[in-house]
Amino acid sequence: MNKLALIIKREYWTRVRKLSFWLATLLMPLGMFIFMLVIVFIFSYESDGLNIAVVDDAALTEQRDLKSSKTAEFTIESTSLEDALNTYEEKGFDGVLHIPKYDDIFNELKPAYYSTKNLGFTTQMSISSQIESRIRDERIRVSQIDPDLLKKLKPDVSITEINPRDKTDTGGEGRSAVATVLGGAMGFIMYIVVFVYGTMVMRSVMEEKTTRIVEVIVSSVKPFQLMMGKIIGVGLVGLTQVAIWGILIPIIMTVASLIIVAFVGPEAGAPDMSAMPNNPSMSPDEMQGMVEAVMTEITSLNWWMIIPSFILFFLGGYFLYASLFAAVGSAMGDDSGESGSLTLPITIPVILALYIMFAVVQNPNSDLAFWSSQFPFFSPIIMPARFAFDPPVWQVLLSLVTLLLTSTFFVWLSARIYRVGILRYGQKSGFKQIWSWIKGS
Amino acid sequence: MEVLRLDQVVKTYGLHRAVDGVSFSVPKGCIFGLLGPNGAGKTSLIRMITTITRADEGEIFLEGKSLPKDAPHYIGYMPEERGLYKKMGVNEHLLYLGQLKGLSKKNAQDEIDRWLEKFDITTWKKKRIEELSKGMQQKVQFIATVLHRPKIIILDEPFSGLDPINTNIIKDEIAQLKQEGASIIFSTHRMEQVEEVCEKIVLINSGKILLEGEVEDIRQELKENNYEYTFSQELPGDIELLGTILIQEDKRLLIHVEQDSDADQNLKRLIDRGIHILSYREILPSLNEIFIKTVNQSAS
Repeated sequence: MNKLALIIKREYWTRVRKLSFWLATLLMPLGMFIFMLVIVFIFSYESDGLNIAVVDDAALTEQRDLKSSKTAEFTIESTSLEDALNTYEEKGFDGVLHIPKYDDIFNELKPAYYSTKNLGFTTQMSISSQIESRIRDERIRVSQIDPDLLKKLKPDVSITEINPRDKTDTGGEGRSAVATVLGGAMGFIMYIVVFVYGTMVMRSVMEEKTTRIVEVIVSSVKPFQLMMGKIIGVGLVGLTQVAIWGILIPIIMTVASLIIVAFVGPEAGAPDMSAMPNNPSMSPDEMQGMVEAVMTEITSLNWWMIIPSFILFFLGGYFLYASLFAAVGSAMGDDSGESGSLTLPITIPVILALYIMFAVVQNPNSDLAFWSSQFPFFSPIIMPARFAFDPPVWQVLLSLVTLLLTSTFFVWLSARIYRVGILRYGQKSGFKQIWSWIKGS
Repeated sequence: MEVLRLDQVVKTYGLHRAVDGVSFSVPKGCIFGLLGPNGAGKTSLIRMITTITRADEGEIFLEGKSLPKDAPHYIGYMPEERGLYKKMGVNEHLLYLGQLKGLSKKNAQDEIDRWLEKFDITTWKKKRIEELSKGMQQKVQFIATVLHRPKIIILDEPFSGLDPINTNIIKDEIAQLKQEGASIIFSTHRMEQVEEVCEKIVLINSGKILLEGEVEDIRQELKENNYEYTFSQELPGDIELLGTILIQEDKRLLIHVEQDSDADQNLKRLIDRGIHILSYREILPSLNEIFIKTVNQSAS
């Protein structure tokens, strides 16, 4: 087997078979999943399974029952409030909801909830909105307004965004939201990969240097082969992790939302609003419609361009930073404490790029977006964040070419530092020293 | 036949000339000592031979050819500061290093099995390096160095940290490898070991060769005509006639003479006088003495 391939294989397998790799790879999406569940359960916990007796003196629920959910179950009790209050505990209710009789439906109606236990915010919201909608129905009926007419009166405005050149619908509002989230996610993944795997390369170089195994290895292979093998091997570990996340996260998110719907019900925290034409919130149907729209947006993106470009930018950015991290690792002595001052010039652009990226996804056509996505130390994080906004092809190509040339140059430069650095022991390696290694003395 | 030859090799780091025009050759099947105090340039020399670095001037020849591209396949190197990947298994680690030296996977595995069996450590196969003691790790390192049957084996302080039993095991293996035709370059400060195992040495300091040759020749060359006698009875009265007395004890005498023939004369004289001599030998300088003396002379 080719020596480079052997090194790549070793670097890859020794990491991928580690328990810590799988913990990190699986725990990240699982952690997100648990986080989501916990959040939902925390918000729905206080209204968990209340059994409520309803005394409806106003007969508001005759046309349409109050809708029970996992958090609150309503049972109509055809008794007086007094009787209900005396017996509700024996009958196993947690409390009594009283809807008082009214003289004029247009007057304020004051329902009351009798119980030693608090209703909780979401249940209270759910009950009031259900009663509101029934009062509204009654008012519509009394006012003799045609409900269909009312529905027709509700305007529905959304702005279509059109490309002036080819007059195609660019997707508009939904597209922007999807692109922002997707761009942010891509940029963030780049950041994580560059940072985590770059430092992993650095640590590995330092470990080989401090244990002195490097001397044995470079008596068999060229230092450049060892450095590249390490960078490629660790990079493949990164790609493996990103690929697993790419598959797992959507699955887990789907499962999570199913579980949430099954356990908490679609009304968890969202009162029944289907009967309220003017309500800006969404009904389950509308929600489904939006999910479908998002899916359409996602699938309508030019993935044939995005995925290869993402991979190319990933490679360019990763090689650029990982080689620099390798050079720094080789220059460091046995004392890892001195690493700080040497890694700082590398970590600053990475962190800066992340912050710029957040600004760029909000304003993808700004000058900042253009220039920062052309600067090779930022472009691996910022250009992918712009992909979903359809950046001009020439900008992507220019940025890519600049990045690939820059990373080739830095791989070469790092290799010069690396081959000297790994064999130097017990010397402090400042920038001056490193400069003399680059010059080849 | 020489397996390795260095011709006017120079290596500089910045302004420092670590190796300064060094030439020597290592014969086939020879145990060769590369000696010198700390900072003499030994590691720089070894790194050039092992192709880790390149000579700035001069040339290195492997079997008559200027160091070929695949030179690492013919050289095994065990550095003084040894390292292994702590998290790797013994077998896996040896397989990796063997393959890096150009062995096929199968050949490497065969060799590993042979060596593990030889050292009676087949049970370690699955163990991780970090689970092994330092001595055990050194055995693994030794195997890694010789796995690909190199023509030249470079051992930097191979016995440091080894107990006497393991030292002997490694010594026997070195002798065996020599028998099989390998040349061993042995770098150490421990002169008694050099004396014991090396046939030829080169002594360097400040990047220059101070001494070079067969161990016995060097000792003969640098001998000081000192002779030791032990007697079965009290010392005779007029011993000062024999030469300069260096040590005089009850029945033991150490004498320095001007030339070899004087020693023969002395022996004859003593026997003629009926003195019973239990032992008589020429005291050759130890390599340790030669080392210290030569290095000190070169420094002054």
